[in-house]
This record gives sequence, structure tokens and C-alpha cells, in this order.
Amino acid sequence: MIPKDRKYTQAHEWVKEQDGELIVGITEHAQEELGDITFIEMPEVDEKYEQGADCAEIESVKAASEIYMPITGVISAINEELEDEPEKVNNSPFEQGWIIKIKDYDQSQLNELLDAEGYSKFLEDSQ
Amino acid sequence: MSFTANTPEQQKAMLKDCGVSGIEELFKDIPKEVAPKSFALPRAHAEMEIQQLFDDIAAKNYTHLTKFLGGGYYDHFIPAAVNDLAGRSEFYTAYTPYQPELSQGTLQAIYEYQTQICRLTDMEVSNASVYDGGTALYEACQMALKQTKRSKIVLDSGVNPVYRNMLHSYTTNLSIDFATTEVTHGQSSREKLFSELDDSTAAVILQNPNFFGSIDDHSDIVEHCHEKGILVIQSVYPVAMSLLKTPGEMGVDIATGEGQSLGIPLSFGGPYLGFIATRKKLTRKLPGRIVGRTTDPAGKETFALTLQAREQHIKRQKATSNICTNQALCALRAHIYLSLLGKEGFKEIANLCHSKAQYTKQRLQQIPGVEVKESSPTFNEFTLELPTNAEDIVGKLVERGIAPGLPLGQFYKGMENFLLVAVTEKRTKYEMGMFAEILEDTICQ
Repeated sequence: MIPKDRKYTQAHEWVKEQDGELIVGITEHAQEELGDITFIEMPEVDEKYEQGADCAEIESVKAASEIYMPITGVISAINEELEDEPEKVNNSPFEQGWIIKIKDYDQSQLNELLDAEGYSKFLEDSQ
Repeated sequence: MSFTANTPEQQKAMLKDCGVSGIEELFKDIPKEVAPKSFALPRAHAEMEIQQLFDDIAAKNYTHLTKFLGGGYYDHFIPAAVNDLAGRSEFYTAYTPYQPELSQGTLQAIYEYQTQICRLTDMEVSNASVYDGGTALYEACQMALKQTKRSKIVLDSGVNPVYRNMLHSYTTNLSIDFATTEVTHGQSSREKLFSELDDSTAAVILQNPNFFGSIDDHSDIVEHCHEKGILVIQSVYPVAMSLLKTPGEMGVDIATGEGQSLGIPLSFGGPYLGFIATRKKLTRKLPGRIVGRTTDPAGKETFALTLQAREQHIKRQKATSNICTNQALCALRAHIYLSLLGKEGFKEIANLCHSKAQYTKQRLQQIPGVEVKESSPTFNEFTLELPTNAEDIVGKLVERGIAPGLPLGQFYKGMENFLLVAVTEKRTKYEMGMFAEILEDTICQ
């Protein structure tokens, strides 16, 4: 199930606009591929990143992989609950397992991301 | 066909394919100063001849000396059980087997070693060990740089110059800014140290007891550094830990040290043992292997490598260390050594080292012209100022069967007359007396 209320990247991240901020997480597919997540190295709040830059890192029992900034912007919040409960990303990737929030972002880049249908097709094609 | 065939005809054919006239031309790119003087090898020798040849070379080593040598590596007694147990075929392998399915013994030994290191240093997490004390210090620097995202390391001049050399050769091609405080042979100069600290400083490296033997309580330095977001790395002598204030008690962030003194024989630089321990908050920056305790599906206690996402086989180019093994056999020796001595026995060794060093110090300072550079308490090592060049004195004493210590002129300009003297539990009253008498005799000549 891929929620229709948000956008997606080809790096399996989702981006949802809410109250002037972007909420970013990883998709159901990504968490499944990673396996049990044990730790997330978060960026500093107020740090600015360009689109595509490494801004966080997810460690699971079998892999370590980067989270790429889906859109140029400034980190406005990190999900501090994941420090003690990183498994939330596995259990609820689209809701409680959100990872970062972004402010001052580039709206035009947001429009270029995939919608639910596009991401779904991208997943099918890449399998 | 012979397995190592390399007949003159084949050599000729290969050289022709390479387009060169002979061996000399093939190797012409090797600078003259490092190239072999000749490619004509001596005739093949019989095994018996070779054995004799190497026996003769080995006999040139002065292994029978009465040692007062230290500087980071010490002549401690090793109980026979250490060799015996560590030499068992279940453990004695060049390659460390980490697979939990078949290596529970090895993994349990490493886990227990880690526990001992944590107890020794009063830190929260230890890894499975690294190569030696210098490597441990370098890895600690990398942890601090990564954690603070800063670029400068401030080194106290009391840190072992051998380690400092290693740090510099490890980091020559990295953009790390090193500052070393001006040399004082007593405790760390707070003033000099603090004047080097700035916003880009990631960590301060201290040593206790320092290279000159001085004992210090670095708690105030730790407090000052932490106010500025600077981490403190402390290299310690493990044998002294049962008597001195530990890195954990001082609030240090990363404790490192050379584990040679824990049941590993002196052997011209290695193999030795580097230990590194830290706080829980820095666990993910800790390099190398870490063994954890868990339960298997049947609910039984079991041991396995853990937190592997830190390591380069998973983290790839973003890993902060390329250490992907440990010094398992030496760590095992340290584990057995500490287990055999126990908490009280280990403390007794430390007390013996300290009191024998005090006695030696008293004897030596009665010699006219010899001055003990004493500006702070010492553990088992202290600095002497001799009336003449220390290296010359060492040469003369070695001829008479005594290695009197480490001449400091090789490390510090202006300290040509300084000698670093170490005393372990192995030294007898007779040996200490002989040392004093022969030194006096040599100086008075």
C-alpha cells in the first residue's frame, strides 16, 4: 500500500507537505529491504542540504544506507523518538517512523518528485 | 613441469616479452639507494647451515640484561599458565574465527576481555582490541573528529613520543591540525594546554602516568574541555589502573592504552595489544570488532559480534576505521593474565612496582651528580638527569649486563642527559642495588 497523500523519490523516500514543512521518511519497500533497523544517525537541526546530499544514515542488522535529501532545504526537526525506538521505522514507515522535517525548501523540486502511482510503477519496473 | 619453474630460458623469454635486455634493466626504476647491490644470490644452504646462521644472528641480541627499560613497554612477569592456555590449539590460530556457530569459546573470551578492560578503565564500552597502544590512540582521534565534526587535535607533550610519531605517520595525508604543547617533564601544564584550545578543537590527548612517569589527576582538564565541547582522550598504563584514579573517574571520553604489560612478552615492537574503551554515547564511533552477549533461539546465553553496521564491510566508504579484526591472541593472553591475578593480585603487582621504583629512586639519587626530576608523584617510572650523555652511560651499563633505561635525547632536544628508568615487580633488591653501584661506578670513572 502506497499512500496517495505524498510524493516519492527513486531512493525510496517519501515526502509529505504539512503545515509549511516537509515530512520525510522511507517507504514500506525500503524498510523491508533494510531489515530490522537498529540506529539512525540524524543531521543537525538548522543545517542546510542540497537535493541529493547525504543527510542521515540508517543502520540495520545487515546494512548501512544513506538518506538523501529529497529536496534542497533546511532541517527543521528530527524524529527524536527513533533514538530509543528505531523499530518504528519498520513498524510504521509512513506515520510514526518519519525521520526528518524540512523547512525553507524549493517548491519547484517538490513538483518533480513521483506521485504514488509513479512510484508504484517505478517499483514494478525495477523488480 | 616444476611448480616454481624459472629456468634461464624462461627468464630470457620473459625479459624478451618485457622488451628489456636483463634483470638490471627490468629493475632500473628502483632508486639506487634502495636497490639491491647485486642480484647474484648466495648458493643454496642446507637446513642445518641456515639454522646455525640464524642462531648466530639471534645470539647477538642482549636478552640476558637486567632491565630497567620502559617507555610504554615493560618487563613484567608472565605466569606459565598464560602461555599454556593461550597456546592451546582451540585458540592458537593466526586467523580469528568470529562465526558464532562455531566460535563460542573465542567470542566468550573476547567478551570477557572487553569486560575486564571496562572494569580496568571504568569506562562503559570496550572493543575487542586493536594492534597496539599507538593505533588505539589514532583510532580514538578519528572517533573524536567524527563525533565533534571538528578538525584539530591537541597533544600534551607528556604523551609517549612513539605514539605521537605513529599519529603523525597515520595522519600525514589527512587534513587534521595537530598542536603539541611545549615539553614539561612533570604534570601537564594547564596553561599551555588551554592556550591551544579553540572552536575547531575536537579532542585533547593526555597520558597518565605521562611519558616521564608523572602521575596526574586530569579531572580539571576534562571539565574545562567539556565546557567547550572538546572530548578528552587519555592513554593509560593498565598496570597502574588498580592504584590510580581511572579515566572513567576523571570523566574522560575515550581511554586507550598499550596492553603489552598484561601477559604479553617484550618482542621488538610486537605483536602487542591496543585497548580502547569509551562511553555509551560514543559506541557507534568505536572502531573494530565488538562482541556482545545475547540469547539464542533456545534461550541459552550466547556470544556474537554486534553493532557491525559501524564497520567497513557494511558501512563501506563512510566507515571511520578500516580495522576489521582484533588482536585476538594477545587479547586472550591479557584476559588469562588478568583472570589469573584477580583483582587483589593485580593490585599487589602494582604496589610492588611502585614500592620497588621508590626504592630504586632513593638508591639512585644518592649518587653524586644524579638528580631525580621529581615535580610530581610517580608510579613505576621516573626521569633522571645524569651528569653526562645518557646514551653513553647506557652503552657502558649494557656492557655490564644492565639495561638502565631509555635515554630521552632521541626524543627531546635538550634532554641528552636524561634517562627514563622503569622498575617492575621482577626486579630484586640485589638487582636494584647492583644498578645503583654500577651506575655510580660508571659516572665516577
